[in-house]
Amino acid sequence: MKHFLGAAFIAALPTLSIAEVTVTSPWARATIIANRPGAGYLSLTSDTGDRLLSVSSPVAGMVMIHAVETDGNGVSRMVHLDALDLPEGETVTLAPGDMHLMLMQLTQKLEEGTSFPLTLTFETAGEIAVEVRVLGIVATGPESAE
Amino acid sequence: MQRTSLYKVRLAIWGFAAVAVLTFAGAFFWRMLHPPELPAPVVTGEAAIRNAYSLTDHTGQAVTAESYAGRWQLVFFGFTYCPDICPTTLAYLASVMDTLGPQAERVVPIFITVDPARDTAEVMAEYVSAFHPRMVGLTGTEAQVAEAADNFRVWYERSEDEAAPDGYLMAHPGHIYLMRPDGRFEDVFIESDQSAGDLAEHISSLIENEERSG
Repeated sequence: MKHFLGAAFIAALPTLSIAEVTVTSPWARATIIANRPGAGYLSLTSDTGDRLLSVSSPVAGMVMIHAVETDGNGVSRMVHLDALDLPEGETVTLAPGDMHLMLMQLTQKLEEGTSFPLTLTFETAGEIAVEVRVLGIVATGPESAE
Repeated sequence: MQRTSLYKVRLAIWGFAAVAVLTFAGAFFWRMLHPPELPAPVVTGEAAIRNAYSLTDHTGQAVTAESYAGRWQLVFFGFTYCPDICPTTLAYLASVMDTLGPQAERVVPIFITVDPARDTAEVMAEYVSAFHPRMVGLTGTEAQVAEAADNFRVWYERSEDEAAPDGYLMAHPGHIYLMRPDGRFEDVFIESDQSAGDLAEHISSLIENEERSG
């Protein structure tokens, strides 16, 4: 049924490309102390519009999508998102001090120079597996590795 | 009768004129002292922020704000379970220190936890040393931390979240307070508002001004 619908969809709109999400520069900051949550960052671009529904990794018991909301008093609160909207053609960037993937119940400390697998599940594009590089504690972005 | 009320009116007019002159003169001197091209101060509640606390540093020593007198102090409130804003800001402060070079000796970055139940002195030692060798981590009893936050007008809250480690998350402001060597409040910054290089340059000029005038 699912395949039939997909085929019908593509047949009906032959010029439309198949829904695809580009995942760019996934990285995480090294963690200092065991049992502390880590944060992962990346950029997502969907050419047809999509939604990130869930994230998982064998190194984390749970991965949550967090946004940071700052109120008028400058107090920041992490807000748990059930899904992250990816508007068509727009790059959504998760970066320090802003949106991030909170990696909870880590099975190990995230050591600089290592990497770990991460699976992103999208509403349309399905599952995409990426390898996340662990950068140093003072890293501010994916370019910090170079 | 007529004369008296006229006298009163005249007195009132002169009184009004005197007040007007004083107001204009006051405004004139105010403008002379505070040229309008200077940027408006970000924080108007300067007098409200008190650099006062009694806490335990990451080596287990009891300290007060006076322990850091004589140095510029960059004070930041956070907690080690915070995965994003805290390491981002502490890494930023470490970068400011590195950029300051030899002048970093005149500056001390201070990280005060708002989660003392989990952030013991040992935890703070491991945490701050990962960012910068000169960084100081402070913890204490719940009451001591609450008093410190209150003096800095820092508001924080504990929100219950079943998914979070130990079932709670802390919300807190991301402000970096710059305190003068005499302990008075100088300014407040947010990490994302300027680069670490720009903040280092600003602090460097403050240190130079202080040395010239002292």
